[in-house]
Amino acid sequence: MRFVEEYRDANRARALAEQIAALCEPGRQYKFMEVCGGHTHTIYKHGLLDHLPESVTLVHGPGCPVCVIPMGRVDDAIAIARQPDVIMTSFGDMMRVPGGSGSFLDAKAAGADIRMVYSPLDALKIARQNPDRRVVFMGIGFETTAPSTAMTVLRAAAEGVRNFSVFCNHVTILPAIKAILDSPDLRLDGFLGPGHVSTVIGCRPYGFIARDYHRPVVVSGFEPLDVLQSVHMLLTQLAQGRCEVENQYTRVVPWNGNPRALEAINRTMELRPYFEWRGLGFISHSALRLREEYAAFDAERIFQIPGVRVADPKACQCGEVLKGVLKPWECKVFGTACTPETPIGTCMVSSEGACAAYYNFGRFTRRRTEEVTRA
Amino acid sequence: MCLGIPGEIVALVPDRADLAMVEIAGVRRAVNIGLLGGPAGGVGVGDWVLVHVGFAMSKIDEAEAAATLALLRGLGEAYTDELNALAGSDIT
Repeated sequence: MRFVEEYRDANRARALAEQIAALCEPGRQYKFMEVCGGHTHTIYKHGLLDHLPESVTLVHGPGCPVCVIPMGRVDDAIAIARQPDVIMTSFGDMMRVPGGSGSFLDAKAAGADIRMVYSPLDALKIARQNPDRRVVFMGIGFETTAPSTAMTVLRAAAEGVRNFSVFCNHVTILPAIKAILDSPDLRLDGFLGPGHVSTVIGCRPYGFIARDYHRPVVVSGFEPLDVLQSVHMLLTQLAQGRCEVENQYTRVVPWNGNPRALEAINRTMELRPYFEWRGLGFISHSALRLREEYAAFDAERIFQIPGVRVADPKACQCGEVLKGVLKPWECKVFGTACTPETPIGTCMVSSEGACAAYYNFGRFTRRRTEEVTRA
Repeated sequence: MCLGIPGEIVALVPDRADLAMVEIAGVRRAVNIGLLGGPAGGVGVGDWVLVHVGFAMSKIDEAEAAATLALLRGLGEAYTDELNALAGSDIT
């Protein structure tokens, strides 16, 4: 592991922390949102909050695709899975996400044929191997996974696989960021842009945040030093009175993203007029569905979908956590009724959810403990 | 699912321009390289790629791959779950 030290060097972290502190205007508070659950994970795992001055707060964003799926969509998927000849396939992350009446795991225990797959291409293979069954893939994720679903649909079409379809729940990150910027609940000073989503969409689409909302954006890597450097870049922009989109993660993210991946999405999918996000409500043009040309692969056109709408459990405050209004530990049921073993809310289910990350890594750091005590 | 896992290309697949054999944390699996630019995805044996749910999404260098792997190992269960899922995957 000769390379890793480069991104973890304690001396460099300390030097960066000093520079960050020096950039902060006395008396000014800075609130930056890390959009991606991967960043949330790094921040808690490595105790990065202890390297930042008191005046800099990092707020968790909605960038965990499992966390933002509303309960009703889980119920809809289970309704499809319960049809007699259906094999429902899903990424493992989705299996424990509670719907209004149980999770995929519960439905599987009750007899539904629900299988975990690593890739949508595995689901396509199951369809080929089971020509007398209807195989449905539960498509979830932001622009990181949407191209894979799109490519799988293209392949199914090319091969003429007739018993494969997608229950499309892919969401797009930009409308969610816009909804947060438009929300009166929270005043943010800048964004750490998501790393892996940006490998697909590139950096250009964040331009509206700088141009229309006058907030800086820095697309950030996932190493502890990446996150600190990105905070440094945000503060530098603010100190110089600039609001731009910058790319800290140039070693992975090309400025223009991955044109082939975008092309695959555009060929097979289009924006829905609106989609419900857990905690954020209905957001216009924030999710993808299959285009008419691929109707034969669209589970929503093939099956009767109940279209269930389920209000989140009263005790659960995932919505506030996803919008960054509440910290995980400020939720009423955090760590008591809601734990990774028995999650009530989605933020506790996914390893990238803010609550799970904080539960697993953050709870015992000194400064946080003080805050919990104060709260 | 959201985790991109670095893998090293160990072989291209004859007759399947969209596939490459990739070694990921000791597991050798076929990965789709159709989203990378250029002929044969512009990649060859010895190159590192970031793999999302069976698709190579970008080419990365060895240093980045090592750093990302270290980060992923730190995830514990989430990473081993992902590797187990990968081990059960066959997209050929």
